[in-house]
Amino acid sequence: MKLAEIIKILNLNVITGENDLDKEVNGGYASDLLSDVIANAQNGQLWITMQTHVNIVAVAVLKELLAIIIVNGRNPADDTIQKAKEQGVVILSSNLSAFKLCGKLYELGIGKDV
Amino acid sequence: MNEFFSQTYEIKGKDFQNAGKVSTGIKTLLKQLGIKPEIIRKVAIACYEAEMNIVMYAKTGTMKLDIDTKKIKITVLDQGPGIQDIDLAMKEGYSTATPEMREMGFGAGMGLPNIKKNSDEFKIESSIGEGTKLEITIFIN
Repeated sequence: MKLAEIIKILNLNVITGENDLDKEVNGGYASDLLSDVIANAQNGQLWITMQTHVNIVAVAVLKELLAIIIVNGRNPADDTIQKAKEQGVVILSSNLSAFKLCGKLYELGIGKDV
Repeated sequence: MNEFFSQTYEIKGKDFQNAGKVSTGIKTLLKQLGIKPEIIRKVAIACYEAEMNIVMYAKTGTMKLDIDTKKIKITVLDQGPGIQDIDLAMKEGYSTATPEMREMGFGAGMGLPNIKKNSDEFKIESSIGEGTKLEITIFIN
């Protein structure tokens, strides 16, 4: 499934990377520990987290993650948005909790084959 | 042919704004050199964790990248507090991160174990009050 479709179905807010959403999603990883994400997330995945500070951008770049989805209605810090724009990282947000969002993604078939 | 690339990068302690910049730069460089993606992934993890350790704990540090036809060697030197008990620091889950660092998602106690896991050869030396040296080797073939 394409990222743009998921955004529409799950009503996600697009914070950065609005021109970069025509990409196939390759599963996801949910964690708030950066070392865990660095060690275990795979490229092309969605990263579900409640972290909002600037260091999430470098993690997404290094792991070539498709997008960061910030949960619980939190907003990224201004410097996070700035850096994400510079580095071409897609940041989305959702009002749902990580648990509910992961459940909905899974229902859509995201990550079921991984 | 021996060494065909060598560069040293400076990393400042507590500079969370630029944290990850060196690792990201190294990753881009390795891509340009045509290094295989699975090797790049290992180097990126090791470099990121080493860079974050300097940012979180040290005053300042350097990361030296040496590439030859067989291997990528990363030498990390910091001026920091040093590690009291290296065996303990190598254990997954052990961390001396402050509550503020933990709130930011650091301090999982996975840094040094992640570096070791992604290295083909790994050496660590540390002196209390002086700093820590890591030697990370990842073979290309």
